[in-house]
Amino acid sequence: MSYTAFQALVRRDLRLFFQDKRAVTMSFVAPIVIASFFGYIFGGVADDRPPSKIVVAVVNQDNSEVSGKVVAALAADAALDVKSRPLEEAREAVRGGKTTVAAVIPPGFADRAGKSFFRGGDKPEIQLLYDPSHATEMQVVRGVLMQHVMEIVSRDTLGGPSSQRVLDDALRDLDKSPDMKPADQAALRRMLQGVGEWNQRQQANPQAQANSGFSMPYTVSQEAVTARKGVQYNSMAHSFAGMCVQFILFMGIDAGMVVLYQRRSGLWKRLQAAPLSRYVIIGSRAASAAIVAMVIMLTVFGFARVVFGVRIEGSLAGFLGVCIAFAIMTATFGLLIAVLGKTPEATRGIAILVTLILVMLGGSWVPAFIFPQWLQKASFAVPTRWAVDGLDAMVWRGSGFDAALGPIGALLAFAVLFGAVAVWRFRWES
Amino acid sequence: MPLGLNIGAPVRVYSGSMLEVTGLHKRYGDLVAVEDVSFVARPGEMVGLLGPNGAGKTTTVSMIAGLLPPDRGEVRIEGGVVHGETDPVKLRLGLVPQEVALHDELSARENLALFGAIYGMRGAALASAMESAFDVAGLADRAKDRVSTFSGGMKRRLNLAAALLHGPRILLLDEPTVGVDPQSRNQIFSSLEELKRQGKTLVYTTHYMEEAERLCDRIIIIDHGKVMANDTLEAVRRLVPSVNVLEIGVENPGQDGWLDGLRAVEGVSAAAWDGSTLRVTVLDLLASSPPVLVWLNEQNYRCSHLSSQRADLETVFLTLTGRSVRNA
Ligand SMILES: Nc1ncnc2c1ncn2[C@@H]1O[C@H](COP(=O)(O)OP(=O)(O)OP(=O)(O)O)[C@@H](O)[C@H]1O
Ligand SMILES: [Mg+2]
Repeated sequence: MSYTAFQALVRRDLRLFFQDKRAVTMSFVAPIVIASFFGYIFGGVADDRPPSKIVVAVVNQDNSEVSGKVVAALAADAALDVKSRPLEEAREAVRGGKTTVAAVIPPGFADRAGKSFFRGGDKPEIQLLYDPSHATEMQVVRGVLMQHVMEIVSRDTLGGPSSQRVLDDALRDLDKSPDMKPADQAALRRMLQGVGEWNQRQQANPQAQANSGFSMPYTVSQEAVTARKGVQYNSMAHSFAGMCVQFILFMGIDAGMVVLYQRRSGLWKRLQAAPLSRYVIIGSRAASAAIVAMVIMLTVFGFARVVFGVRIEGSLAGFLGVCIAFAIMTATFGLLIAVLGKTPEATRGIAILVTLILVMLGGSWVPAFIFPQWLQKASFAVPTRWAVDGLDAMVWRGSGFDAALGPIGALLAFAVLFGAVAVWRFRWES
Repeated sequence: MPLGLNIGAPVRVYSGSMLEVTGLHKRYGDLVAVEDVSFVARPGEMVGLLGPNGAGKTTTVSMIAGLLPPDRGEVRIEGGVVHGETDPVKLRLGLVPQEVALHDELSARENLALFGAIYGMRGAALASAMESAFDVAGLADRAKDRVSTFSGGMKRRLNLAAALLHGPRILLLDEPTVGVDPQSRNQIFSSLEELKRQGKTLVYTTHYMEEAERLCDRIIIIDHGKVMANDTLEAVRRLVPSVNVLEIGVENPGQDGWLDGLRAVEGVSAAAWDGSTLRVTVLDLLASSPPVLVWLNEQNYRCSHLSSQRADLETVFLTLTGRSVRNA
C-alpha cells in the first residue's frame, strides 16, 4: 500500500510543478538568462571578443615632436582608448566618470626629458589625473606610459636629430662638474663620445635609425590554464553552475512551502486520515523535489552545452554524481523548511534570505577564490560551496572522478543531517 | 478496498455498534473546545452534530478521525482503537473535511486517483471505485476537467466523492453542504440517504437545522463545547414539548418595536418578523392562538394567511441556548 501511495504522491508533486508556469519559468528560464548574462560580462565564451579599453585623455601641453610621438604610441596601444583634450576638459571628464585617467604632458617636456636622460636633475613631471574608483586602471596606464616614454625619449636622445645637441650639452656639463672623480669623468666622456659616434653612423643608414633607442627587453605570451591545452576558459561554465545551484535551491524552498500550505489545508487532513506513514509523506516529497532538481540541472547544462559550447571537460560520472548529490541535498533542504516553518507567509522570507546567503558563500555569484583566506575556509561549512566547487571541477577544470568524491560525500552528509532533522521535527498539525 | 489489506491485522471483537465515542474532551490552552461528547452509532445510522461557529464540531470530528489526540475519552471503531499512523482500522473511516480539500490544478479524475492511491488502491479496483464515486457526485461528465473550472457546489460534491473511494463503513462529514445551491444540496442529501440505506454509519456536522431534521436519527446539540442535547430526533423535539409556531402573513407591518405589545400577550414566548412572515411562538396552540389574533385585529393589522408548525430545531436551539443558530 505504501508504495502505491508513495508513487501517486510523487507523481502528483511532479504534475503540480510542471503545470505551474511561474515555477517552471523561475527554475528553467531564470537560471539560463542570468547565467548567460554573468557569463558574458565575466569574459564570455572565448578570448576573441575585444576586451574593454581604458578610456584615457591626453593633455599635450608640450606640442613637440617627442610628445606627439608619445601621444601617437598611447593611441596605438590596444589596451587604451585615447582622446586628446585641453586640461580643464580632461579634468572634468575624469570627475564625471567619462574618462578613467588623464595624462598631462607639461610644456618643455621633450627638452627637459632629453637633458635629464643622462644626468637626472631637472626631470619633467607627467601628471596623472585619475578616477579613484578605478585605481587599478591608473596603474595600468602608468605602466603603459612608462614603456612608451622610455622607448621614444631614448630613441630621440640616442639617435634623433636633437641627439648631438643633447650630447654636446652633457659633455659641457661634465667639464663643469668638479666634484666628480677624474677617472669617472673620463669614463663618462668616452661613453658620450661613443654614443655620438654611433649616432653619426646610424644617421647614414635611416632604416636602422627607426630601431634605435631602448625597447622592452622581453615579450609576453599569455595562456589561461584550464582543462587541457587548447581548451579556452569558458566563464559560462562557472556562471551556469552558480545559477543552477541558486535556482534549484529556490525550487527546494517552494517544495517546502507546498507542504506548509497543504498542512494548513484540508488536503493534509485527508493524508492524515489515511493509513499513511509519515515516512511516505516525507519520502515522496523529497523524491519529487530531487527529480525536479535533476531535470533542471540537466536542462540548464544542456542549454549551456548547445548554445555556449560548455562541455563537461572532466568526468561525466563525477558530474552526474555531484548533480544527484546536490539534488538530494536540495530535497532535504526543502523538508527542513517544511518542518521548521510555522506558517508559509512567515517562512518564505527567511528561507529566501538563508538561501541567498548560502548561495553567496558558496561562490555562485563571485567565485570563492576571490574571498579572503579565512572566508574560503569557512565557506566549506555550507553545502553550496561543495556543489559549486564540484560542478566547476567536473565542468571546466576537467578533474577526474576522484575529485568529485569530496563534494559528493559532503553533499550527501548534509542531506543525511537535514533529512534526520526533518524526520525528528515532523508534525502533522500546523 | 483491495483484498489482503487487512491480512495480519489483529482480530477485533465487534460489539455491534460501528462507532463508539466516549467522553471526548479537548482544550486549547484555557479554551475548552469540546467537553464530554459521547455517542454510539450503529450501521445505517446518522448522527448530527449541530452547533454554531466555534461550537467544537470540527474538533470532535478531528478526534474521531484520529487527526487530533483527545485530552480524555476514547473512540472505538467496530470495537477497536486506532494505534499508530498506519493502523488498517483507519481504512474503515472516510473523512470529508470542512474545507474543499482538492487540488484545483488537477482534473477531477486525477484528484480521485490520488485519494484512492493513498488508501493503496490501484488498477481495476480503483477505476471502478472512481466510476461509482463520480456517479454518486453526479460528475461523471466532468471527470476530465480541472477542478478550478468547477462551481462551488461541484467542488463540494467531489469533496464528498473523494472520501467514498476506499469504501469506508463510517463516513465523517464536516459541513459538506456549505455554500451549495439547493439543487446540489438535494443531490448530496440523496447520496447520503443512499449511503445510509447501504448500512454506512454517518456523522454529519451542520449549522442548518432543517438538514439535521431531514437526515439524522440522533442529534447532538453543542454550544461552546458543551453538549446541550443528545438524543433521538423525536426526543430532542420533546425537550420543548408544547411549543408551536404560528406563521402569519401581515400586509401592513408597523414600525420598529411594533411587536413589543404582542410579546406581552399571555402565552406568547417569542415573536419575530422576517420581512414577510410573522412568527409567533406559543406554549399552547389552542389556548394561546385566539389572544394573538385578537391583538392583531385590535391593532388594525391585516392578515393574508395563517398556519401553524411544530417546533423545529431552530426553535429548540433557541430555547436551549437563548441564541439563534445562524446568528450565534
Ligand atoms: N488549533 C487550535 N488552536 C486553538 N484553538 C482552536 C484550534 N482549533 C479550534 N480552536 C478553537 O476551538 C473552538 C472549537 O472550534 P471548532 O473548529 O471545533 O468549531 P466548529 O464547531 O467546527 O465551528 P465552525 O462551525 O466555525 O466550523 C473554537 O473556539 C476555536 O477557536
Ligand atoms: Mg468546523
